[in-house]
Amino acid sequence: MTGMLGAALPLVPFAMALLGFLLPHASRLWAGLLGIVGAGVALVVAIVLAFTVDGVVETSHAVATFGELASRTGGLSGDFEVTVGVRLDSAAVYVAIAVGVVALAVQVFSTAYLRSDDRYAPYAAQISLFTAAMLIVVVAGDLIMLLIGWEVMGICSYLLIAHDRRLPEAPAAAVKAFLVTRVGDVGFLLGIVILGVRAGSFRLADVLAPGVLDPTTITVVCLLLLCGVAGKSAQFPLHTWLPDAMAGPTPISALIHAATMVAAGIYVVARLFPLFVASPTALNVLAVIAAVTMLLGALAATVQDDIKRVLAWSTVSQIAYMTGALAVGAPAAALFHLLTHAAFKALLFLAAGSVIHAVGTNLMSRMGGLRRSMPVTFWCTTIGLASLVGLPPLAGFFSKEEILHVAVAGSGWRNLLVYGVGLATVFITAGYATRVWLRTFFGQPRSPEASHGHEPSRPMAWPVVALAVPSALLGFAALSPAFAEALGAPEGFTIGAEAAVPLVWAALAIAGVWWAWRVRPADDPARVLGPLRPLFGNAFYLDAVQHALVVRPVTALARAVRRADESGVDGVVEATGQGTLSLGGVVARAHRAGLPRAVTAVLGGAAVLGLAAVAIGGVWP
Amino acid sequence: MMLEANQILLLVTLVAPTVGAIAAATLPAEGDRAARILATVAAGVAFVASVLLLLSRSTQALVDPVPSYPYGIVVSPWVELDLPWVPGLDLRFHIGVDGISYPLVVLTTLLTLLCALYTCWRVPDSGGGPVRGRHLAALLLVIELGIVGVFLALDLVLFFVFFEVVLLPMYAVIAIWGGERRRHAARKFVLYTLLGSLLLLVGVFTVVASAGTADLVALSTAAGPAMPYGVQLAAFILLALAFAVKSPLWPLHTWLPDAHTEAPTVGSVILAGVLLKMGTYGLLRVAVGVAPAGAEAVAPVLGVLAVMAILVGGLVCLAQTDLKRLIAYSSVGHMGFVLLGIATLTSVGFQAALIGNIAHGIITGLLFFLAGAIKDRAHTGALGELGGLRETAPGLSGLLGYAAIASLGLPGLAGFWGEAFAVVAAFSRGGPFWIVLGVLAAVGAALAAAYFMRMLRQVTHGPPSPAVSSLTPARLAGAEVWSWAPLVVLALVLGLVPALVTELSAVPVEALIGVVGSP
Repeated sequence: MTGMLGAALPLVPFAMALLGFLLPHASRLWAGLLGIVGAGVALVVAIVLAFTVDGVVETSHAVATFGELASRTGGLSGDFEVTVGVRLDSAAVYVAIAVGVVALAVQVFSTAYLRSDDRYAPYAAQISLFTAAMLIVVVAGDLIMLLIGWEVMGICSYLLIAHDRRLPEAPAAAVKAFLVTRVGDVGFLLGIVILGVRAGSFRLADVLAPGVLDPTTITVVCLLLLCGVAGKSAQFPLHTWLPDAMAGPTPISALIHAATMVAAGIYVVARLFPLFVASPTALNVLAVIAAVTMLLGALAATVQDDIKRVLAWSTVSQIAYMTGALAVGAPAAALFHLLTHAAFKALLFLAAGSVIHAVGTNLMSRMGGLRRSMPVTFWCTTIGLASLVGLPPLAGFFSKEEILHVAVAGSGWRNLLVYGVGLATVFITAGYATRVWLRTFFGQPRSPEASHGHEPSRPMAWPVVALAVPSALLGFAALSPAFAEALGAPEGFTIGAEAAVPLVWAALAIAGVWWAWRVRPADDPARVLGPLRPLFGNAFYLDAVQHALVVRPVTALARAVRRADESGVDGVVEATGQGTLSLGGVVARAHRAGLPRAVTAVLGGAAVLGLAAVAIGGVWP
Repeated sequence: MMLEANQILLLVTLVAPTVGAIAAATLPAEGDRAARILATVAAGVAFVASVLLLLSRSTQALVDPVPSYPYGIVVSPWVELDLPWVPGLDLRFHIGVDGISYPLVVLTTLLTLLCALYTCWRVPDSGGGPVRGRHLAALLLVIELGIVGVFLALDLVLFFVFFEVVLLPMYAVIAIWGGERRRHAARKFVLYTLLGSLLLLVGVFTVVASAGTADLVALSTAAGPAMPYGVQLAAFILLALAFAVKSPLWPLHTWLPDAHTEAPTVGSVILAGVLLKMGTYGLLRVAVGVAPAGAEAVAPVLGVLAVMAILVGGLVCLAQTDLKRLIAYSSVGHMGFVLLGIATLTSVGFQAALIGNIAHGIITGLLFFLAGAIKDRAHTGALGELGGLRETAPGLSGLLGYAAIASLGLPGLAGFWGEAFAVVAAFSRGGPFWIVLGVLAAVGAALAAAYFMRMLRQVTHGPPSPAVSSLTPARLAGAEVWSWAPLVVLALVLGLVPALVTELSAVPVEALIGVVGSP
């Protein structure tokens, strides 16, 4: 029964997606309904599962046999099967609930946000498919099944980012998102292949069984998997797609940033953590990635004028906190932050969508003073930003505190690195969050549209208000030992006196930004960064580096190979044809002769043949 | 003698296209449309017969629940027909179907049916003159006869004859109904593949002369007529070269882009969908089955060339400027995965190759249908002149997106299994050599994503180009929907339930591996 429910989790949104693709493009009512029903049913199922799942529930059915690993001559034996099946534990169910909540909020919000869209049906269906794919990753009990969800998510992000046909940059952003993650997925696929081949099975239960793999294999596999994780979770050096992905409609940003896609990478590492914990090398790499990405994302967020880009870079940086938690061996803390982040980042994006909807621009330089005209949005955003900064008693405070606590409690350079960079990032995060808050809602309106701000309609307001609840209160779950145990931390989550340290840093940053704003309220507080602004604004020019190191060489190589193939390989073929033709011409010309020469040739030939006959006959009677 | 119902079905898959072709070709010009409908009916009969063949397997499975062959038996068709053909030369008309050939037979009859259906609606321009749709339909049926015959033949000489039947009708299809440079492309196709046929003929006679029989069942039995190592090696190289031209394997592929690009839509669909499969099928069934020791020796070379095909195909596509040419080159890459699977000589690899074959037939068939539809409407296939298709023809654009996504091997759609498990096979073979090949093949899969994304961006996104904004009709015709829908559905179904193919081929593949893998 539980297994069936687990299977229904992705299947319901998937069925709704298939139905949605069959609807006429302009159909709004049915498309909206199908999407809401799909996400809603998934959410209800996940909640029911939360009450029924105890321990690990596993089902497995073979769907295809790809031969035997070794023939009857010996060696490993047994069918090499691909199975479908679910592997449910409490952590999976909690993540599924987060996915359901965010997907439902996004579906409801979209009905109003894309009111004038003439292709709503495929849009809503793609969200359903996206949700289904993420839920497959969450419940999958087989690595191949997980890979299916993983990649389908990639293609859905591509389709949805390119949805807005008026934005000239959308198609390029969509292609970039898909290709950058796909490059990482080469590693991910190879990791899964090695796991499957070495363990003789793709089932998670078999792969995770202790003693199946030797340490070298584990390290290789973990590093390969990390390529895919870095791509999906937008971690350095494969983070470049996420800020550009802002070209997608704002609800899609909420979906990608909160509960799907970027969360998938972290979730998969947490799920396969028994492997990672056995490989110090992999954990070291994780720690370095986390440290670089945390700072990189946070610094890049400080100077963006586009409110969605600030939030995007903030996601990059916040996901890196989770990576850091994994690096110091605390998957439970990572998942906890994943859940709180899902709530407050979805809230922030949807609230930003309300603001953008009201003002008609993404640029904060054209906002300001919206506190008065959009009070509900203002308060919800305030909760979201405060949760992002980690102010008590909001959700983000507890989860971030837990990560820093684990990091500082342990020893070793990994812990030091994560803790040190984590603290620095708290400071920067508080700075850019305060900047967004002040630039959007305080001061004087800086454009005519901003002076006519208005609260959004109900389908947009409700999801934002609903998400404010977990953004504020989810942290208290940390006080329950059962919750901590469900996420995989049987010793419980602890908040100690050292929580004061990050708070002091955050307070300093908030005060600093407030002062910079107070001096000249019309100006961007980021001006204090001076000459560093372009460097941060362009995210350390890593896009250009990527272009120069990967894109340009590959396209040049492609052109060269095409030339070589057409003039080299095919040239030989064509030349053979031409050569045969001209040889034929020569021989034909040689046969064209006047009568005397022809008679001479015939007689000469006869003489040669006769001589030969005599010679051979003489030698060999 | 009396034929069983199953054997009659087997014959119908060959007789129906023959009768249909003769009837369609002999009808007068006034009955052109009627002739095309007649041809469609004949193709339909062949398709139904091929589907019904499956029933005989399940009843047999009920009788004999043990799912494996006796040791050493490699080819064990569940329906077969063995008649004397040229008694004086000891040639037999021996045909049959097993789990390796069956999916390909159905794919052939299905694609021919869809192409015939498409021809009812639209006949490509044959360079002026009267409409000659009935001749095109008849030629399609003759091609079907040849290809189905190749998949069914259990006698090497018969195999060769069917292999040759395909050649001239396909030449005519390209040369009469093709694009601007059709004559050059058709000539290149026929001469190049004739060269392959020559090698095949020599290979066949090498085998027959050494083993004293042309019967595939006897030849590929472990305890069958043993050929000396040298002969096996020579035979495998000859046969592999012949099939490599057909498949095609890099660097013997250059006939393909020209032929695919210039051929009319239905010609491209048949070419890419099933004609290439004669090469990979022949390699697996004939070359590997008959000369396993030769295969063992040459496999590394085959593997390297297959990976070269994947990478070169991908890179050329990335710099390609013509839609049909891009799809043609993508076939080179995809068939590279199939050949890599075969080259590993593992059961995982063979399974991957077989499902990869089917998936490529479905997906690339669909892609060529779509490319043809776009080219017919916009009157250009140049990527630079296309753009913004989703603005003017959302249905066509959506389907193109779907087919491209399927073709780049997205998990959950048909293309994934063959490619991923070719990589798995390379890794399961083990050793640095095969692992490097596996890694390179996986990189090639990322290249496929890159070139299809580039193609979609140029064709579907952005503002409509002049060619696309004047495109008519924007909507899909009924015949188009009906001839594409089965492929769309199959790409998804096979992606979700790969067992449709792998379960059929599991036992024969194990049996084949039993011979190949034996020390």
